[in-house]
Amino acid sequence: MKKKLVSLMLVVSMAGALLAGCGGDDDKDANKGGNNTPGTENNGGSDDQQTAGSGKVYYLNFKPEQADAWVDLAAAYTAETGVQVDVVTAASGTYEEQLKSEMAKSDAPTLFQVNGPVGLATWKDYCYDMSGSEVYGQLKSDEFALKDGSSVLGIAYVIETYGLIYNKTALEAYCGMDNAVVSSIDEINNFETLKAVADDIQARASELADASGFPIEAAFTSAGMDSSSDWRFKTHLANLPIYYEYEADGIGSTEAIKGTFLDNYKNIWDLYTTDATCAGSMLSGKTGDDAVAEFGLGQAVFYQNGTWAYGDITNAGILTDDDLGMMPIYIGAAGEENQGLCTGSENYWCVNKNASEDDIQATLDFLNWVVTSDTGRDSLANTMGFVTPFKAFDDGYTAANPFIEDDNEYIAAGKIPVKWCFTTMPSEAWKDGVGSALTAYAAGTGSWDDVVTAFVDGWATEYAAANE
Amino acid sequence: MDKAIKKYFPLFALPTLAAFTIGFIIPFIMGIYLSFCKFTTITDAKIIGFSNYTKIFGDETFVHALWYTVLFTIVSVLLINFFAFVIAMLLTKGIRGTNVFRTIFFMPNLIGGIVLGYIWQLIFNGILAHWDITLMYHEKYGFWGLVILMCWQQVGYMMIIYIAGIQNIPGDLIEAAKIDGATSWQVLTKVTLPMVMPSITVCTFLTLTNGFKLYDQNMALTAGEPAKMSQLLALNIYDTFYGRNGWEGVGQAKAVVFFIIVAVIAVTQNYLTRSKEVQQ
Repeated sequence: MKKKLVSLMLVVSMAGALLAGCGGDDDKDANKGGNNTPGTENNGGSDDQQTAGSGKVYYLNFKPEQADAWVDLAAAYTAETGVQVDVVTAASGTYEEQLKSEMAKSDAPTLFQVNGPVGLATWKDYCYDMSGSEVYGQLKSDEFALKDGSSVLGIAYVIETYGLIYNKTALEAYCGMDNAVVSSIDEINNFETLKAVADDIQARASELADASGFPIEAAFTSAGMDSSSDWRFKTHLANLPIYYEYEADGIGSTEAIKGTFLDNYKNIWDLYTTDATCAGSMLSGKTGDDAVAEFGLGQAVFYQNGTWAYGDITNAGILTDDDLGMMPIYIGAAGEENQGLCTGSENYWCVNKNASEDDIQATLDFLNWVVTSDTGRDSLANTMGFVTPFKAFDDGYTAANPFIEDDNEYIAAGKIPVKWCFTTMPSEAWKDGVGSALTAYAAGTGSWDDVVTAFVDGWATEYAAANE
Repeated sequence: MDKAIKKYFPLFALPTLAAFTIGFIIPFIMGIYLSFCKFTTITDAKIIGFSNYTKIFGDETFVHALWYTVLFTIVSVLLINFFAFVIAMLLTKGIRGTNVFRTIFFMPNLIGGIVLGYIWQLIFNGILAHWDITLMYHEKYGFWGLVILMCWQQVGYMMIIYIAGIQNIPGDLIEAAKIDGATSWQVLTKVTLPMVMPSITVCTFLTLTNGFKLYDQNMALTAGEPAKMSQLLALNIYDTFYGRNGWEGVGQAKAVVFFIIVAVIAVTQNYLTRSKEVQQ
């Protein structure tokens, strides 16, 4: 009898645990909704909202720099309209992975991003045609939309610019030094001069440190090839030889790159890795943060990155707006005196076609609110610092930081912006191949020929694999 | 009691069985199905036959990862078991502070693989910086780095299993051997080793499958650099599935091949070492 009682109790407790487990899950789900929508309580609770069928928004954000700003913006929208908006930001370099697994869930993102035509090729079966949407109507030009035939599948929401960020104060101090190669920063308008200046700074680093007041150690920050930083070279720097080749051949994309300008790519990569804060063999372990720190603390004069790096650089608390400038990346191509900064977008909004109609509508409404309301425009332009391609931003919502100002000056001076051709790179695997070859070449374990092979042959095989 | 167990067996087994089905059997069957498909997300798969499997062996990174993993597993199994056994022998001799030593040796096992990977990466890079290189400079550094990491992490765990095995040997057996004039080497090889054979079975099984399945430490320590040359199989599969658009099915096919390899090896090893176990 006693034994029976014991086993009965065991069974009961076990079944209880099982039920409690299930119940716990339900609670969690309910909480999740509640937590993410702090404003809904005031508007009659989330249940009403669900039954009202107003839909909800789930945004899988690509840009970690603006993660918090998006969450704040979503909360503001919820407070205003009562519509639930969840924002999740993928960790740096894991967007595709996260998107792939999130899209397979029943609660898939309603709003996600692709990085351009190549990214769109993977996801176009999931993209809602936004051609009739208000947010599309806000676009200044069709060149900011990703189209497939007549349907609009992606809409760029931020225009970015990258180039060679420099420490203006230090570089001006250099110009004033005895026997300086140049007497003003404006004279640096081709690769030869850039190299001469960098070599000289590298050789006279301590002299420049005395003259400028910064602890200058080298001309360039470390060209880190850790995954947090390697895209600066395997993608952004590699854009320049591709751009010049496209321009020379009069094309916009290709199935087989010829590598006409790879010697120039080698020159600039050699310069980055030779006149740098660390040996080439150390690059595989150097991260994006290392480079930011070196530049932010004034240890190096040049740092290749884009407008988005402004926050990171000034966060170090040493450099101010007056210390910062951005110049084009010169690689020694003919006519580069007229070259501007590299400007384009790899951030396109796509709406998930497979989401419920309510959710799609909610997402489109949210996007429209983001690009037209005062709160949305203020957040995008001032908090996130985005230069956007939307009409509504023209009345007073323009982002400002020294890099964007420099870009405007270059354009005003008639310099031709370099297009972002890297969105036509055949695959991530191609970028990885080039990146690994660059790392090995800088470390001395590989030759430049390997880079050429990865660049030219890799392009052909990856293009074939991606388009089979 | 037996009757009660029989009666309530289905009820007791149900939660575990349900969890096992949801967490293992269903994904496993889905995985096999997906390995014959082309897909972007797992919900929109289209069957394409065997072409994923033919792509596997044309992929150099997979072949490289395969022998790199085999090599790593052999080295780590030998080293971990050797050190674990030696330490277990030392810590069953009744040295002062035995328990303190045991605890300390066991502790690395309590730290997660990702954390360990990043910590050791800092340590190794710090050391290698003297020669101006990093762990990702050449695949051999990644290899030995990983071996050292795994030894450090797993020796303590295996040591506990060996200690339990050694303590289970009846004292009179060893005493009898000594009275018969056996040297301590003979006691070790003729008495202790055969008697701890069950522990050896368990430990080799654990280290062998751990070596093959290793992922977190590999990911955190080198992430497969340079040029995917230090990728073990699990990381290679993950990288194929998530890192290459259009290759999700190939990644899945690799996972099926991976499963077969690990299963065959584990079963063979289990059979071989078990056949050497002796009855007390």
